[in-house]
Amino acid sequence: METTLAITKANKVSNGKIRAESIFKRSLVVIGMSMVVLVLGVLLTLIIESIPSIKSLGLKYLWGRTWDPINNVYGAFPFLLGTLLTSFLALIISIPFSFAIAIYLGEYNPKGWLSNFLKNAVELIAAVPSVIYGFWGLLVLVPLVRSLETKLGVLPYGIGIFTASLILAIMIIPYAASLGREMIRLVPSPLKEGAYSLGATRYEVIRSVVLPYTKSGLFAGILLSLGRALGETMAVTMVIGNTSMIPTSIFAPGNTMASVIANEFTEADHTVYLSALIELGLVLFLVTVVINMIGKRIIKKFTNE
Amino acid sequence: MDANIKYRVGKSKFVQGLIVFLAFLITVPLLFIIIYIFKEGISRINWTFLTHIPKPVGETGGGIVNALVGSILIVLAASVIAIPIGVMCGIYLSENATGRLSYWSRLSVDVLQGVPSIVIGIVVYFWLVKPLGTFSGLSGSAALAIMMLPIMIRSTEETLKLIPFSLKEAGLALGLPYHRVILKVIVPCGVSGILSGVMLSIARIAGETAPLLFTAFGNPYLNTNLTKPMQSLPLLIFNYATSPYDDWHDLAWGAALILLFTVLLLNIITKLTTRRWNVQL
Repeated sequence: METTLAITKANKVSNGKIRAESIFKRSLVVIGMSMVVLVLGVLLTLIIESIPSIKSLGLKYLWGRTWDPINNVYGAFPFLLGTLLTSFLALIISIPFSFAIAIYLGEYNPKGWLSNFLKNAVELIAAVPSVIYGFWGLLVLVPLVRSLETKLGVLPYGIGIFTASLILAIMIIPYAASLGREMIRLVPSPLKEGAYSLGATRYEVIRSVVLPYTKSGLFAGILLSLGRALGETMAVTMVIGNTSMIPTSIFAPGNTMASVIANEFTEADHTVYLSALIELGLVLFLVTVVINMIGKRIIKKFTNE
Repeated sequence: MDANIKYRVGKSKFVQGLIVFLAFLITVPLLFIIIYIFKEGISRINWTFLTHIPKPVGETGGGIVNALVGSILIVLAASVIAIPIGVMCGIYLSENATGRLSYWSRLSVDVLQGVPSIVIGIVVYFWLVKPLGTFSGLSGSAALAIMMLPIMIRSTEETLKLIPFSLKEAGLALGLPYHRVILKVIVPCGVSGILSGVMLSIARIAGETAPLLFTAFGNPYLNTNLTKPMQSLPLLIFNYATSPYDDWHDLAWGAALILLFTVLLLNIITKLTTRRWNVQL
């Protein structure tokens, strides 16, 4: 009698344990699944909300050259151009610096206080909030650019594509730099030693061993930086000038996809206007996702080899 | 021959110098920004600044207490939403390294990490603001929580992967149920990594503005109700910095100093603490 009681009690306890265990396992699975649902939800929301604009504007939305909400004309071309100009200009400005940091930290001076200092400085650059970059850019960089423009003899707006690219360049340096450093550290030392033993100088080793070996990794770093630059909103919005005209030069004010959403979303008062803005968001989402995915694929391939 | 070698060595030296120069040039804008914000901001910060709401245009003085309180509440609520989900998802991914669902889940986390913050703002607007009919601090927290998740999930997953398998086996061999092994053995072992993920993700979202534009929206008055529009430090900086009024610029400088130093401090603390724990482990 007592033993059966003990057995049923033990069974109850273990039943409870098993139930708790399966609840735990199931909730893990549910949460894992919820990430997929979250991303699909983001995509679906963007698609559904931009249907009015896709229906009424069609594909010509993407290369329409005028954006005039008052007359209900929506062409996203000025913003696509603005985004591409600022991002690629920022990329071109940032590449020498991020590669220099990557090579210095990965090859010349991998440890010691000086490289620690630089590594931390780069991480802090990535940590500064973008609204602070925008504020600083607005009050410090804009006057500087304006005096540069006066010297060059172009219209001294101060704000514009060029200023936005400068700010963006500073902001995206850390992404390519820290990834590049990881990649350069992965270069097998026998390869480098082989080159040294053949009499190569340090520069020659870097140029003909390190850089070719890490080519794809460095490219992935550039892609991730580009993904950042395309989606960056606040700093760009504050210094780009916010006009829907097609920019005539790199010193002219303009707008990017992200900045036009930030500026006009809460003002959009009719369905097509709002949904045209959301379609911009959809394009932005798809482009950044594709760029990030390619970048991550390359990194994975590189580190697995 | 000698000349050639000299040339090559010289070239190598020159390139090294150039790379060192370019690499350290990055510290110039960083120091410039920190010093400039410090110089402009420090004179504006005093007791009134920390305890009063902004004055209307034209009146000097006033403070940013509404933004301070709003920022703290929004970030706290975002952490409350994101930390349990992030840690659980990290556990799931580290426990299920292979498998179809974990592949898609991991891919989704990667996608989420790259989504521009403004897009998250739009989506949360349609998920929470429109159905509830009002901008609210809570919807801002939800947007920020979505931004926290990828960082937390990644750091939890990477930390837990490093914990020796024998620990888990020992727990299971003693007859402990699976969930107790995970929660009482594995997670405590990885707590330093998980905590550093939490702190890093808080540091990252504390300065986010774009997702809050269409969710928390901003509020010129002090508000502690999460279901109403709420001010936050980054929003206040954005709105006041782009305004034409000098008094508002003053408030923005002070707010920028507080925000910048909070974020940098969080980053530095994370780095110091994780370094110490890593040594102990």
